[in-house]
Amino acid sequence: MPQAVEIIQKQKNSDQWDEPYLVNMGPQHPATHGVLRLFLELDGETIVRCDPRIGYLHRGVEKLSENLTYSQAMVLTDRLDYIASAANNVGYCLAVEKLMGLEVPRRAQIIRVIVCEMARIASHLLWLATHALDIGAMTVFLYCFRDREWLLDIFEEICGARLTVSYPRIGGVRLDFNQKIIDELYRFTEEFPRRIPEYETLIDVNRIWLKRTKGVGVISGEEAVNLGLTGPSLRGSGVRYDLRRTRPYLIYDELDFEVAVEYEGDVYSRYRVRMKEMREANKIIRQCLDKLAECEGEPVIAEEAPDLLIPFSKPKRPQPAPHPKKGFLVKSVEVPIVPEGEVYFAIEAPKGELGYYIVSDGSGHPWRVRIRAPSFVHISALPALSEGQMVADIIAVIGSVDIVLGECDR
Amino acid sequence: MIDLQAFLNTADHFLLKYFGLSLFKSLVLVGITLLHVAYTTYAERKIIGHMQQRLGPNRVGPRGLLQPIADVLKLIQKEDIIPSCVDSPVVFKAAPLISLVAGATSLAVIPIWEHFVVTNVNMALLVVLAMSSLSSFGVILAGWASNSRYSFLGGLRASAQVISYEIAMALALVGVMMLAGSMNLVEIVKAQVASPFKIYAIPQIIGFFVFMVAAIAETNRTPFDLPEAESELVAGYFVEYSGIRFALFYLAEYFGMIVMCMLAVVCFLGGWYGPFEVPGVPFFWFLLKLYFLIFFYIWVRATLPRYRYDQLMGLGWKVLIPLALLNIVITGLIKVMA
Repeated sequence: MPQAVEIIQKQKNSDQWDEPYLVNMGPQHPATHGVLRLFLELDGETIVRCDPRIGYLHRGVEKLSENLTYSQAMVLTDRLDYIASAANNVGYCLAVEKLMGLEVPRRAQIIRVIVCEMARIASHLLWLATHALDIGAMTVFLYCFRDREWLLDIFEEICGARLTVSYPRIGGVRLDFNQKIIDELYRFTEEFPRRIPEYETLIDVNRIWLKRTKGVGVISGEEAVNLGLTGPSLRGSGVRYDLRRTRPYLIYDELDFEVAVEYEGDVYSRYRVRMKEMREANKIIRQCLDKLAECEGEPVIAEEAPDLLIPFSKPKRPQPAPHPKKGFLVKSVEVPIVPEGEVYFAIEAPKGELGYYIVSDGSGHPWRVRIRAPSFVHISALPALSEGQMVADIIAVIGSVDIVLGECDR
Repeated sequence: MIDLQAFLNTADHFLLKYFGLSLFKSLVLVGITLLHVAYTTYAERKIIGHMQQRLGPNRVGPRGLLQPIADVLKLIQKEDIIPSCVDSPVVFKAAPLISLVAGATSLAVIPIWEHFVVTNVNMALLVVLAMSSLSSFGVILAGWASNSRYSFLGGLRASAQVISYEIAMALALVGVMMLAGSMNLVEIVKAQVASPFKIYAIPQIIGFFVFMVAAIAETNRTPFDLPEAESELVAGYFVEYSGIRFALFYLAEYFGMIVMCMLAVVCFLGGWYGPFEVPGVPFFWFLLKLYFLIFFYIWVRATLPRYRYDQLMGLGWKVLIPLALLNIVITGLIKVMA
């Protein structure tokens, strides 16, 4: 596709306007959720072709991790999907733990589930806020932020940070919950289900909202699977695929929750899925809080968890020979902490399947990190979702697949 | 030698009677309306702020009361940028003025009080409709002259929107004309008060509804703010404007809003008449009704999402215009029966 500047030049020079009407949406645009750039070819207001361009937020997270130790690289994962950083941390830690063969204490697992689900609610609230703002409902935006603020305050109480939490550690979590946090979380889980109807009464019964979202950006379940959609965007098309159920990790198999599924495959059903998920996440937090009381006082980090600065290897004295010769000095041998090998671990992040593929060469640094980010896949699905729709619909579609460019560009 | 004194007397007389008074009235009216416009923006931000659980402006002056003045001063100081790729700088410069002048001219024929109307013309209703159509020319020209894709789309949307909603609005007012038997706004108010329901909003409930919806669309306000759709077209037709010209578009929008509310008060809500007369402030009821309608506009903005372009056209042509026609038929039947 020719560059926008070229085309403008061409259109200026020629008398006939037989070129398609091209609109460059982004990277600075209020509704592209960051720095996504869309190259739209329009016929009137209908989109003939949509060409997403990415890379404006590339920070080289994957490459940077190769020069950091495993524990240090976790901090970078905060900056992927910065709206739900706790979920990214947990996913990364689980991948490294699988590589190292670490067993995480139960209390830490429960706490991780809680922060994951808190991140899910926070992420979905921000999604709802921006999605509603894109469609023009301004008030929902601020209502959602009010409740998200509450969650961020709890995050601050837990670990001192609000957005980029870096709370989990390889082998567990950094700090145990104190009673204040638990009380606040109980209060939140009591109150939050009453807040959700507030948003729903503002938009869900609104004719304009329904008109703008129903039958827009429709995608069938089969197509969605082929495009690689995951998470709520896939479940909105009627595919019951949730890693928390299909490949349970942490303690999700013990928990009682429903996988939210809607069957229409349009913007509205993706919206419904996320609203249901917020309720389910709230239920999960509640159950975890009850479970947390059962294992009061247990450790939250595994004993053999590596230090923050993982050394290249740790010295290990080999078993001395049964009868060492006199004068022979037993030399210690270096044994790698992280064994050689490769691992892939995926979790159900708020946006979809977030996978970490890590290759280790036995040193203290990962040899290669590859992140399977849901937003990247979802952006590649944008043309299929938006072609043939109106300009206003693409805004709704971008909102409905819930992308974060930090995760997409990495 | 010319009799200077006599000339002056005549001039004085002439000016005072035919020109001076009108000028004085216009100045007063424009001044008051400008103040209203400024404080409508303040009210809007404050009311929406409270509806959205935040405070709204509260830094400049007590309770942020000087905020609109600070805004105006800031916008005047800003550089008036004219992009080098503008299609026609003259049109680009003139467009906001067209919008504003057309919007403000309607004020001349709207009676705020029986004895306070700048020009009491018999075709007042038509003048208001014509001016509100002209005001959208500014939008279209701005979109065209900016030579920007977003502005252009915004301008096109504005023209389509104005064509469809202008019809619905005019048809909604036909019922009022039929009942009042006049297009003079003072006459309409008087006929209204003489009618059994005192206000036309009751017999003309469909007309009132259609008028209010069409008026929101006519002034490009949420949920019909497609020409300036913030999320898709960034700001639509005035994307390329800055400084005071940008402010003029806002001014025009609020002028349009106030004029439409005034027209609704005059045509449907009984103008300056109220349940009892407030001594000393003859236009007390007029302002009260006006403020209520402006509050309604702001309330709508805080509540509703935005329509899509084709849905907006569908609503205009398939719902509002048939409703307005139905209203005319019903009004005709009432007229025949009575």
